[in-house]
Amino acid sequence: MLPAIQIKNLSYTYRGNLPEAIKDLDLQINRGDRFGIFGPNGAGKTTLMQIMTGLLPYSRGSVKLLEHEVAAGKKQIRSFFGFVPQDFSFYHELSPKENMEFFGAWAGLDQKQIQQKTDELLDVMSLTEVRNKPVYKFSGGMKRRVNLAIAVMHEPAMLFLDEPTAGVDVQTRYAIVEYLKELNSKGTTLIYTSHQLKEAEDLCNRVALIDEGKIIARNSLPELLKEHQQDGLEGLFLSLTGRAYRD
Amino acid sequence: MFKLLATIKKDFRILFRDKMGLVLMFAMPILLAVVIASVQNSTFELVNKNRIPVIIQNSDPGRVAAELEAALDKAGIFRLQEVAAVQNEEELKNRINTKDALVAIVIPAGYSENVLSKAKSVASEALDGVMQEEKENESVKPGATPPVRIYYHPVLQQSFRKSIDATLQTALQFIQSKYIVKEVYFTIHEEDIPGSLEEQIITNQTPIEEVPLSRGDSPQIPNATQHNIPAWTIFAMFFIVISLGSSIVREKLNGSMVRLRTLPTHFGLAVLSKQVTYIAVTLLQAMVIFAIGIWLFPVIGLPALNLPSHLWSLAGVTFICGWCAAGFAICVGIFANTQEQANGFGAVAVVIMAAIGGLLVPSFVMPPSFRVIMLLSPLHWCLEAFYGLFLEDAGARDILMNIIPLLVITVLLQIIAFWGLKRKNLI
Repeated sequence: MLPAIQIKNLSYTYRGNLPEAIKDLDLQINRGDRFGIFGPNGAGKTTLMQIMTGLLPYSRGSVKLLEHEVAAGKKQIRSFFGFVPQDFSFYHELSPKENMEFFGAWAGLDQKQIQQKTDELLDVMSLTEVRNKPVYKFSGGMKRRVNLAIAVMHEPAMLFLDEPTAGVDVQTRYAIVEYLKELNSKGTTLIYTSHQLKEAEDLCNRVALIDEGKIIARNSLPELLKEHQQDGLEGLFLSLTGRAYRD
Repeated sequence: MFKLLATIKKDFRILFRDKMGLVLMFAMPILLAVVIASVQNSTFELVNKNRIPVIIQNSDPGRVAAELEAALDKAGIFRLQEVAAVQNEEELKNRINTKDALVAIVIPAGYSENVLSKAKSVASEALDGVMQEEKENESVKPGATPPVRIYYHPVLQQSFRKSIDATLQTALQFIQSKYIVKEVYFTIHEEDIPGSLEEQIITNQTPIEEVPLSRGDSPQIPNATQHNIPAWTIFAMFFIVISLGSSIVREKLNGSMVRLRTLPTHFGLAVLSKQVTYIAVTLLQAMVIFAIGIWLFPVIGLPALNLPSHLWSLAGVTFICGWCAAGFAICVGIFANTQEQANGFGAVAVVIMAAIGGLLVPSFVMPPSFRVIMLLSPLHWCLEAFYGLFLEDAGARDILMNIIPLLVITVLLQIIAFWGLKRKNLI
C-alpha cells in the first residue's frame, strides 16, 4: 500500500525542559486507511496530530505527507489534508455559508467552487435551512457538522479528525460517522482520535495505541483484539494502558 | 487578491455584528468630543461671557472703596452681588459653603482712608526737594494696610483663583495709582487733576492684539472645537484596541487561527486583512467625528470645526495614525491570552498614552520628566501632527518631524507583532 503518512524516528519536546512528548516514534498510515490513534490523556495524541498537520515544528525525525516532508512548511502540503479540530474552530458570529465562503477561499477554491461545495455540503449536513443564521445560535450537533463541513470543502486526500463527535447526540454521531465512511469509500484517508471507543470500533480499520509518547500497539483492529485476547477496544485500551489516572 | 478580499469581507462582517464594539469605537468618542468640547467651551464662556459670580462685602463707606467696587465690575470677569456691610464674615463663609457663590471679596473698613494716606505719603516722597515746604507740613505716615480678603470654595480650581487674584490685584493697583497721581497733581498744581488727563495717565494707552501663529495663509482661530476634535479623534482611533485586540484573542481561543494555519494560505494575510479593515474603520471614525465638528457642533452652540487647508496632508496623517492604532491593537491581541487581558490592558494603555501624550493635559504644562516619556507615546505624535494641521495650518513638510517618529513607532509595532506571531508559532 502507498503510504499517506510516513513518520520515522520522530521525537518532540515542548519548551521548558519538559519530558519528551513524543519518543522516537515510527508510524505508517496507508492511503485509504481509517486510522485511529488512541491513548490516555497526555499520551501524546494531540502532539502527534499537531506535528502531522504542521502546527508544531519538529526538528528530530521525519514526517512525510504524500511523500512531502511536513517540516519544509510548503503551502502545497496543507492542501493535501483537512483538519477537524476538537474545538469549534470557526467564526460563531458568521453563518455556516459565510464561514464556508471564507475558509473555502483560504483553502484555495475559487468563487464558483466555493458556491458549489457550500451548497453541496450544507445539504449533506442538513444545514441548508439555517445557512444564513449565525452559528452561535446553533446546537452542539449543528456546530460539529459545520466544523466538519469546513474541513472537507477542498476535498482533501487526508482528513485529520480530533474528537469529531464530542458532545453530540446519538443521531448526529451516527450521521457524522456514516458521512466519514462515505468519504473514505471515495478515497479519503481518515486519521482519527477520540475517547469514544465504541465509535472508533465502528469507524476505524487500523488503530495505534500511544502512551507516554510511544506507540505501544498497532495493527488492524481485529488482529489487535485477537492478539491481546480482548473482545472490544475499551478492554484492549485498559489492558495496555492500565486503570490509573493520567492527568 | 481573492483571498485577501474574502478575508476583509469576513472581518467587516464580524465587526459590524459586534454592536458593543461599534458603540465603543464610534458613539463613545463622539460623546467624549461633544462633552469635553462643551465643557471647555463653557469654561471659556464662564470667564469671558457669563462672568464669575462673586459676593462682595464692602465694609468701608468711603468713595475709594466704592471706586474699587466699580473697577472690579468694570474688569468684566465678575458678576458682583453686594451684601449689606452689617453682615459679618461668618455669614459670608456660610453663603460660600452653600455655594451661593464660590468667591467672596471683603473690602475692609478703613480701606479708603488707607489708600488716601498712602497716596499722600508717596506723593510727598516723590516730590521731596521739589515742594519742600508744603511737603513738610503735609507729610502723613500711612497706617498698616488692612488686607482685602478673598474667600473661595475649595472646589474652585487654581487657574480660576489665579485669574481672580490677578484681576483683584489689577483693580487695587489701578485705584492706588489713580490716587497717587491725583495727589501728586494736586500738590504741584494746588487744584484737582482734570478728568481727561487723569484718564490718560491711569489707563493703558497701548492696545493688545492677539495674533494666532500660522504657518500657512489661513490661520485657524484656536477654540475648544479645534483643540478637542483632533484629540478625541486620535483617542477614538486607538480605542479600536477593544474591538481588534479582543477579536484576535477570540480567534486564538476558539481555534479559528489553528484551522487557518492548516490551510494553504500564509497566515500573514489574516493580519494584513485586519490592518486594512481597521485602518478603514479609523478613517471612517475620523470622517464621522470631523463631520460632527463641522455640522453638529454649531447646531448645539459650539464653535464649528474648521478643516485645515491641506486636506491631503490631513488624509495622510489620519491614515498613518490609523495604521499605528491598528498595529498597536494587533500587538495587544497577539500577546494577550484572554479577552479580559486584551480589553483591560488595551483600554488602560490607551488612556495612559493619551495622558502622557498630551491629549488630556496640554503637553507644555507637563513636568520635565514626563516630556521624555511623552515622546514614546504614539498619540503624542499623532496629536502634534493634527495640531500642526488644525491650529497652525501647516503642510506635510511642516509636520514631517512629527510624522517620522510616528512612522518609526508604527514600524516597530509591526516588527513586534511579527515577532509575537513567530514566537507563538502562528507564522
